[in-house]
Amino acid sequence: MTPLVKPAQDLHHAYRRRDLREALAALALAGPASALIFVFLIAPLVCIALLSLTDYQLGAKALRFVGLHNYSEMFADRVFRRSLENTLIYVSVVVPLSVGLGLGAALLIEAGESLRAFYRTVYFLPVMATLIAMAIVWEFALHPKLGLVNLALKSVGIAGPDWLHDRHIVLYTLAGIGVWQSVGFNMVLFMAGLQAIPRDLYEAAAVDGVSNAWDRFRTVTWPMLGPVSLFVIVITAIRSFQVFDTVQVMTKGGPNRASEVLLYTMYSEGFEFFRTGYAAAVTMVFLAFVLALAALKTWFLDRRVHYA
Amino acid sequence: MVIRGLVKNFGDTRVLNGVDLDIGAGEFITVLGPSGCGKTTLMRIIAGLERQDAGSVEIDGRPVDALRPNERDIAMVFQSYALYPHLTVFDNIALPLRMRRLSWRQRLPGMRRIDRSAQAIERGIAAKVREVAGLLQIEPLLARKPAQLSGGQKQRVAVGRAMVREPRVFLMDEPLSNLDAELRVHMRAEIAQLHRRIGVTFIYVTHDQAEAMTMSDRVVVMMGGRPLQFAPPGDVYADPEDLQVARFVGSPRINTLPGTVHAGGSIEVGGLAVPFDTGLAPGAQVTVSLRPADTKIALQTPDTAGADRAGRELAATIVHRENLGSDLFLHCRVEGIDATLVAREDPGKVGLLPVGAEIRIGLPVEHLLAFDASGRRVRPGGRMTSLAQPAAA
Ligand SMILES: Nc1ncnc2c1ncn2[C@@H]1O[C@H](COP(=O)(O)OP(=O)(O)OP(=O)(O)O)[C@@H](O)[C@H]1O
Ligand SMILES: [Mg+2]
Repeated sequence: MTPLVKPAQDLHHAYRRRDLREALAALALAGPASALIFVFLIAPLVCIALLSLTDYQLGAKALRFVGLHNYSEMFADRVFRRSLENTLIYVSVVVPLSVGLGLGAALLIEAGESLRAFYRTVYFLPVMATLIAMAIVWEFALHPKLGLVNLALKSVGIAGPDWLHDRHIVLYTLAGIGVWQSVGFNMVLFMAGLQAIPRDLYEAAAVDGVSNAWDRFRTVTWPMLGPVSLFVIVITAIRSFQVFDTVQVMTKGGPNRASEVLLYTMYSEGFEFFRTGYAAAVTMVFLAFVLALAALKTWFLDRRVHYA
Repeated sequence: MVIRGLVKNFGDTRVLNGVDLDIGAGEFITVLGPSGCGKTTLMRIIAGLERQDAGSVEIDGRPVDALRPNERDIAMVFQSYALYPHLTVFDNIALPLRMRRLSWRQRLPGMRRIDRSAQAIERGIAAKVREVAGLLQIEPLLARKPAQLSGGQKQRVAVGRAMVREPRVFLMDEPLSNLDAELRVHMRAEIAQLHRRIGVTFIYVTHDQAEAMTMSDRVVVMMGGRPLQFAPPGDVYADPEDLQVARFVGSPRINTLPGTVHAGGSIEVGGLAVPFDTGLAPGAQVTVSLRPADTKIALQTPDTAGADRAGRELAATIVHRENLGSDLFLHCRVEGIDATLVAREDPGKVGLLPVGAEIRIGLPVEHLLAFDASGRRVRPGGRMTSLAQPAAA
């Protein structure tokens, strides 16, 4: 007869074997993804970080370690400071507007019964359209004399500005296009969030004396949308930091650097002036913002807005 | 509360089909019925969450049909509890009071820090919340979020949120269905106690007959969107008005046998003539039923097999036995007619009654219930009861 209780020695070995097997399985499962992340994400990042400490020029045969020289040059550079400032203004216009409008549109569409699919499609179209192609359409629409926008304004007696060549306006014009492009995406995310709110919470609120739309929004909708809102805000902010295609197609950062943004600076330094080391330093600044946003999201999600 | 002719359709399906109820102030009413019979729909109409297609609901003599849920002074405990997941237990319970006592300006974030009168009201609310929490023994939980509570604790919080503003009517939709058996029995007692203490009208929905039988003053048995009987729990069990009620209440299910009315005041069941004056025309088909607890069986021994007993008892064979420890249920196949009866016996007799044993079953007239072809109760003496007359409120 075999003893019911194994000797401690045997048990110990059995556990050790199982631990080993589990560790191997974990490695096999997580390995491929980790390897890919390393090859395509971590390694390039490290390369860029290292490049930003050199004077490497695209196509050059040699490079020299220059320490933080690129960074000190960058922060002393008027163009870079302008570019950073413009990017921050762009983000601070696009994020609140497109998140607010997206939420508003989602609430309105969810509140109504009819044409839901139609509205959803219409709002979502800009998300699916290629921005480069759309940028050309916008360029036509915003033409100072022949553009649809100014013609429409003229018909009601307003002389429209030159949207893309007035240096006080151009950044906000681009921000407007950015809002137009991301409202639909945010709206779809908010709609998904709204549909996930249990209906009985609204009913409980109605019985508890929550009687108007504002109270309903404050007691149920907004708190329950918390995680979705945070996600939408962070995603929109990251996407706004990445603004490039409209600038490249419509303004080339002009007039007089009035619409110069981070990614455009990076592009022109790296691929027009071939100053790869300097462009790498600009990239590091850009990455710092994106990482900070991602970290903020993780931190918040872990702490405050998680209900489950 | 008075409910008159309530009708509700969802598309083409009629979910409530003429509900009439008169409920006295402070009564504990249970709505009992199988799944899908419209219990929740009835609750939701009373609460004002759903609009009826016809009929009316009156509370304290005032029709409330045009009022919104918050104006009806009704509290509801949802089957899913519907606690606000982002609020602490304290804030969950305080919310109905804040909505009622504070103005919208005082409810703005931060206002409670600045506004003196809001602070005074807030202190009153806190006192009330603590009082309710004490009653329900959830004081230690006040700072937690709903996700950190067990099912029973959530249920108490939901009750607390309903209680805190002292409503005129308390609606509960299967509040115990998510709890385990032991907790369910415990909470059953607690809710009954709560009702005694606060004394307002309770309407309690369940499909669990034990809950209905143990907690309520009166039970409404609903089937297919209409109340079939509205009576004290004992009557629903012992004196059902309808065959469906008789079948739904009681476990194991009531025994039924097909019978035919004979002239001269008897019913023929499986070859026996049972003296039972239905007042129905001879030849009418009836259903005769008998609770398992009233079904008495006797072993067929050589001396009982005598001719004198034949003609008064049914011959049957035990086909299945269930011994629950406290009860012994014997499933017996009756000879001659295609029917199986269940008899409750003392488990002490288990040795005497093996499967396959030949037995006799008596039909004690005083325990027999007869129903006509449409399922309505017929009583001896030929009186036919009318359907589900609501008792006086
Ligand atoms: N919003 C709705 N639309 C269409 N049909 C519905 C709706 N709500 C309920 N029903 C139907 O109405 C009937 C009664 O539903 P109800 O929820 O009142 O049943 P119930 O008695 O509470 O059942 P349960 O014991 O399962 O909770 C069901 O057949 C259900 O399918
Ligand atoms: Mg229900």
